[in-house]
Amino acid sequence: MLKDITLGQFFPGFSPVHRLDPRIKLILTVAYVVMLFLANNLVGLAFGILFFLGAYFLARIPLKMMLKGLKPVLPIILFTSVLNMFFITGDPLFSWWVITITRQGVYTAVIMSIRIVCLIAGTSLLTYTTSPISLTDGLERLMGPLKKLRFPVHELAMMMTIALRFIPTLIEETDKIMNAQKARGADMETGSLIDRVKALVPVLIPLFISAFRRADELALAMECRCYRGGEGRTRMKQLHLGSRDLISCAVMALFLAGVILCNLLLPSLL
Amino acid sequence: MEPIIHTENLTFSYPAEEGKEAPPVLRGVSLDIPAGQFLAVLGHNGSGKSTFAKHLNSILLPMGGKAYVDGIDTCDEERVYDIRQRIGMVFQNPDNQIVATVVEEDVAFGLENLGLPPAEIRRRVDESLKAVDMFSYREHAPHRLSGGQKQRVAIAGVIAMRPKVLVLDEPTAMLDPRGRKEVMATLQSLKKEYGITIVLITHYMDEAAQADRVVVMDDGRVLLDGTPYEVFQQVETLKSVGLDVPQATELLHLLQKGGCRLPGHVLPGHVLTAQECADTLLAYWRSLA
Amino acid sequence: MPYAIETEHLTYIYGQGTPFELHAVEDVSLRINEGAFVGVIGHTGSGKSTLIQHFNGLLKPTSGRILIGGQDMWAEPKKIRSFRFQVGLVFQYPEYQLFEETVYKDMAYGPKNMGLKEEEIDKRVRQAAQFVGLKEELLQKSPFELSGGQKRRVAIAGVIAMNPKVLVLDEPTAGLDPKGRDRILGQLKEYHQEEKNTMLLVSHSMEDVAKYADEALVMNRSRLYCHDTVENVFARAGDMESLGLSIPQVTKVFSLLKAQGMPVSGSIYTVEQGVRELERLFGKEVHHA
Repeated sequence: MLKDITLGQFFPGFSPVHRLDPRIKLILTVAYVVMLFLANNLVGLAFGILFFLGAYFLARIPLKMMLKGLKPVLPIILFTSVLNMFFITGDPLFSWWVITITRQGVYTAVIMSIRIVCLIAGTSLLTYTTSPISLTDGLERLMGPLKKLRFPVHELAMMMTIALRFIPTLIEETDKIMNAQKARGADMETGSLIDRVKALVPVLIPLFISAFRRADELALAMECRCYRGGEGRTRMKQLHLGSRDLISCAVMALFLAGVILCNLLLPSLL
Repeated sequence: MEPIIHTENLTFSYPAEEGKEAPPVLRGVSLDIPAGQFLAVLGHNGSGKSTFAKHLNSILLPMGGKAYVDGIDTCDEERVYDIRQRIGMVFQNPDNQIVATVVEEDVAFGLENLGLPPAEIRRRVDESLKAVDMFSYREHAPHRLSGGQKQRVAIAGVIAMRPKVLVLDEPTAMLDPRGRKEVMATLQSLKKEYGITIVLITHYMDEAAQADRVVVMDDGRVLLDGTPYEVFQQVETLKSVGLDVPQATELLHLLQKGGCRLPGHVLPGHVLTAQECADTLLAYWRSLA
Repeated sequence: MPYAIETEHLTYIYGQGTPFELHAVEDVSLRINEGAFVGVIGHTGSGKSTLIQHFNGLLKPTSGRILIGGQDMWAEPKKIRSFRFQVGLVFQYPEYQLFEETVYKDMAYGPKNMGLKEEEIDKRVRQAAQFVGLKEELLQKSPFELSGGQKRRVAIAGVIAMNPKVLVLDEPTAGLDPKGRDRILGQLKEYHQEEKNTMLLVSHSMEDVAKYADEALVMNRSRLYCHDTVENVFARAGDMESLGLSIPQVTKVFSLLKAQGMPVSGSIYTVEQGVRELERLFGKEVHHA
């Protein structure tokens, strides 16, 4: 059924990773990405791999899930590897006809592949362990200082929340309208591409009309509940940094230091 | 005691299309609603009952006449949020009034708008969810709830703001019988526990029968106003404006019309429930024997 | 004569093999005669909506068979569309499916999909408009300019215009006021009497099923609880109430009277029947008491 689709592939749980403050998780994710791009040798990248393996273990998310997330990017990894291998100049390792593979090319391909894998694995862990709502919440608070620059932080966060709230409702509605039009003989499964696009019109128009009606009614309901933008608004759920958050930051700092140390002590492979 | 809601000769019409005269939706509605009353407003679609409700919290402003809530003129722009805090509104479609993706977050929405301290919000959210018997669902996603449950969440979100009046605009029209019962039971318990004033807009007679007072609107005017027993007596009038009466009431009304002389004090309007109807018929039958 | 609809051990399981597995319909075998008017009763979640979506092939049974006019619906899955034209299905709140620029075009959408000729479509659209009491001048208007009740009737007419042998309606009166409800149900009854087709009416209102249908089909917990004449189904008032389904108020009055020893029939389900029964009982005394 359409309505069973979950958004952001969140896996509810109570692991230490789930319970981290969303702001910290966002910062850690950014730091992790920085770490991956700083690392320029295999030992440094090993820190990156170690970090996400540890995090998956603590979050009790099966590694199978990570592999599932990697599947769609596999072609990209292969493609970039091939490009790197063949087009980076340097000491030739192997040469045949016009093709030359260089040592530098192989290194770059390996490092890039590991980076992409770690990047996907690490960032998916964020969405696996953080509900969309607390992600929005974390973002809103992290971007709080931007309000001073007249950046509509609250409005954006409110839009995100409402979108998340109504996605399941609208998916269900699409399902209903499609069934209703099928019952009137609409044929959405056969015919040329143009025919199929045309067959969607009777679904899309009612869907838009309904979405606008909902928006209207929701705006009225929000107004009745004294909504007047972000000004003077408080939040029920306060985010508190706990020892768990501090420890995780410290661990991240250690890993970053390790990577930088490796960069200084070991020769760069790039 | 001064009524919590007082309207004087309210008139209103929606903006018309160009070149057309807008038909008035309200043609002079004067009502006093005392604090603590459970009032049902009955009327068919287009009778003006929803428009009337929207005048109670400054969503619509009267074109003529006045509306006062707790002594505040609804036209007073400075105090619009004072008014909206005093009048809690619940609408027909439960889906289109829930803002957040978690039940308790939604109940907190209004309180967050009021800028209350987090601890106070938490306390009121828990209390309101308990009052509508939805506390155990506080961490659920609203779209997975039944219609009746969603509507109770909406009610919790409104009563958390401690309004003086709860205005519900056809809250059960989209619900199944079970959801309707849940919502009505919730209203009864809110009245009992908190003594909150309730204005229930509906076209279901059985719901109106549970109120202290029933106002019937037709064509932008108040047609009937009284206790459920007084109003349901007017079987013919109700039917003429497209409303039902309970089957029990109709049965006795038809019997009387057919010449059956039920005991003098029993008027059809005095009978709303199956039990009352059976008792009346039984007494009559025994008096014949 | 073949049955209009026949099911043999129909079972439907949502999300088979996943943790969300749900047996929505279990082992339902039923037969509906041509020309019958059947009320379909049951709670939300009893499986009635899933069941009716099988009747025009929107859902394919997990196991079991469905025969429409004696033909196995899924014998050749490629021909399923031809069955959609034999069984018309009107969903809840059907006005939300309107999309064309004019009422006429919207009503013509179904017949057009059937591949009918222009004149035939025109004839059917006009006839369908007449059945639901839509005036000629409305046909060229945009469906979005109409009132709620009118939109509902346009949507129903859009399915009627396909001339289905069986018409299935899922709560066609949800959210309407009593006047709008009586109007639509009255028109559907007339349509049924004129066309002699088979009708299935899903409703939460026992009063409406009692008033309009001849047979009632009760679903409970994914299974067929009973399928009988309306009279026999409501005669089992106790059983129905134990399922948590209401019975018409007048039926309740008579079962109370009977329990008190009054010699009345236990199978009264409309007010008119009730009046007749009581006048018979009270006899001549009524008129010169």
